[in-house]
Amino acid sequence: MSVDKLKDAVKQILNEVDIVIGYTEGFDKVHATPLFINTQDKVDQLIWDQRCVHNLASYLPSLKRKKVGVIVKGCDSRTIVQYIQEGLINRENVKIIGLPCSGVISLKKLLKAVDFANIDDITFEDNGNVNVKTEKETKTLSLMDIAPDKCKTCQYPTPLIYDILIGDPIKSDKPKESVYEDIIEFDKKSLEEKLAYWQKVFDRCIRCYACRNACPMCVCQDSCIAESREPHWISQRATLTEKFMFHLIHTVHLAGRCVECGECERACPMGIPVNTLKRKINLEMKELFDYVPGVNPDDKPPMYTFNVDELKIKEHKIG
Amino acid sequence: MTELGFLKKENLVEFLKELATKSVVYVPVADDDVVAFKLFQENSTICLDRPANIPPKTVIFPQYETLLTFTFSKKEEQPDKIDVKIQEKMDFKDTVIFAARPCDAKGFTVYDRVYKDSDIPDPYYVGRREKTVIIGFSCPNVSPGCFCTAVGSTPSDKEGSDILMTEVSGGFVLEPVTEKGKAVIQSKFIEDGSKYLEEAQKKQEDVKNKVKNPFKKAGKPQISQEKFNDDSFWELALSKCLSCGACTFLCPTCYCFNITDENKIWEAERLRSWDACMFPHFTLEASGHNPRPTKFHRFKNRVGHKFLYYPEKYNGVLACCGCGRCIRYCPVSVDISKVVDELSDTNSENKTLTSNGGEA
Repeated sequence: MSVDKLKDAVKQILNEVDIVIGYTEGFDKVHATPLFINTQDKVDQLIWDQRCVHNLASYLPSLKRKKVGVIVKGCDSRTIVQYIQEGLINRENVKIIGLPCSGVISLKKLLKAVDFANIDDITFEDNGNVNVKTEKETKTLSLMDIAPDKCKTCQYPTPLIYDILIGDPIKSDKPKESVYEDIIEFDKKSLEEKLAYWQKVFDRCIRCYACRNACPMCVCQDSCIAESREPHWISQRATLTEKFMFHLIHTVHLAGRCVECGECERACPMGIPVNTLKRKINLEMKELFDYVPGVNPDDKPPMYTFNVDELKIKEHKIG
Repeated sequence: MTELGFLKKENLVEFLKELATKSVVYVPVADDDVVAFKLFQENSTICLDRPANIPPKTVIFPQYETLLTFTFSKKEEQPDKIDVKIQEKMDFKDTVIFAARPCDAKGFTVYDRVYKDSDIPDPYYVGRREKTVIIGFSCPNVSPGCFCTAVGSTPSDKEGSDILMTEVSGGFVLEPVTEKGKAVIQSKFIEDGSKYLEEAQKKQEDVKNKVKNPFKKAGKPQISQEKFNDDSFWELALSKCLSCGACTFLCPTCYCFNITDENKIWEAERLRSWDACMFPHFTLEASGHNPRPTKFHRFKNRVGHKFLYYPEKYNGVLACCGCGRCIRYCPVSVDISKVVDELSDTNSENKTLTSNGGEA
């Protein structure tokens, strides 16, 4: 897909909306950054490639009163579907520009793959090769080796909801069963092993709340109980107890709501795999309620409703 | 003070072990690719190749600390009266921060003006600061987003360090900067390093030349008040900001805190913990009014504090050492250097920048 088609579409949409949210070049060659376009002359700053990692749909609830155009990948589109289910956006105020996507990069994996060398240039080929030029060497990597985990099992490469689709739809070639394979595998560890693992990784948490603020479904934002000061639910200490507590609050609040965009994990400056917890609870929700968040705008999230006869919950089968 | 020392690479762990017999030693440790300052252990995977994700400010200005404890008690004969015993917690140990990057070390000098050299020094900060020896480590390379030379520093800046260490072939050259630093290199593992001076200087110069300057104009970044006060500028420049605390918590010069009394029934603690101007609660008043109600106001304060208010108070010295962490780790790549550049006063000449981040 040429970026010119995208620019043309944005130019058009800009006549109907206040802002279009897209991507532009970041501070170096490997970073893209969200771009808020409010005038035609900014459209030319748009880029579209495998560096466009951010879930731009996350900005929609905070812009609820405006007419907004937003560029979404397949995974990001699930956020919009979930917002519609939960009534967090006015669909008629949003123009969705969908872009089929066959994977993006994970900055963390990319840096590791080049041994944390400074990257002078990066180019992407259609066959999935990524050419990286560092101070020391020029290396060709496979996109899937440096893609976030969500791309490796992506079921929705084409946006599930859009007003305009730019480029040809892509069909997922990843088996459905693969989505939670890693979670099922992780779950096989003993309780002690799992506890030790989480203690180790959460010890790094600095309670900066980047994971929460980057999460499209964390809609409490300024009123989060993790840092409310009146009442002061969680101590200001920064021991494992408080860190665990915060992350578990985040997790249970996302039960059956997490669209698995992975923004929490991507945002974490301390490399904590926080999305694992949310995906684990999503797996539970899938098994219990046969519900996948962010797929069908007409669905109701299981925690937003209840059935007296929940088929998969034994306790409900009275008599 | 130019009695250069030299530490052979193979003696590094032994030297640290020796230091650890006398002091608490913090070293940059890589764990799952994340580098942070942790207590030195013989099997620590010390990482010197890249700056730590989080600066060693945690050592002197911890994320939380107990300032004092209260204990309440009642006597049977006087049930209407509660006694309160207050105990200060001021037990500071001799500490060494090993391999702080020069920007990290310099960050402490920003704190010093506020917490140490002010009219009302902060005894907790001063207590730790005075007991801590900082072994700075000349950056062996630059990292994405660094811009220290644009804010008056260099990748081998000595300010804030007690010793400056530079990697050369086969080991490290140790240059004492203060008396405290001089004492630390009185060790059987430290040899005379004068013959390595030239190599160290060359290395320092090479890295310095690689640091990018993100500012269009040379000299000390001078912010235009008019642009700074224009709300529409902030709304556009910061639309993408998530208002999380990653930039402030990872910043070696951010020093804001919160104080809370955390009670159990018969005992309580007064805690000090990090706070951040990026959080809405930071300025939320008891009435419910928030003078910085949006993320734009909050980021404006962050830039203002570092490039306007702090310099105004402390002889023009900038409260930014250009470590680049806020740029590198921002989930949406908000670039403070770009914001400052866009705010730059185009009508006047910039003043010359001095090495302490102040103006000539």
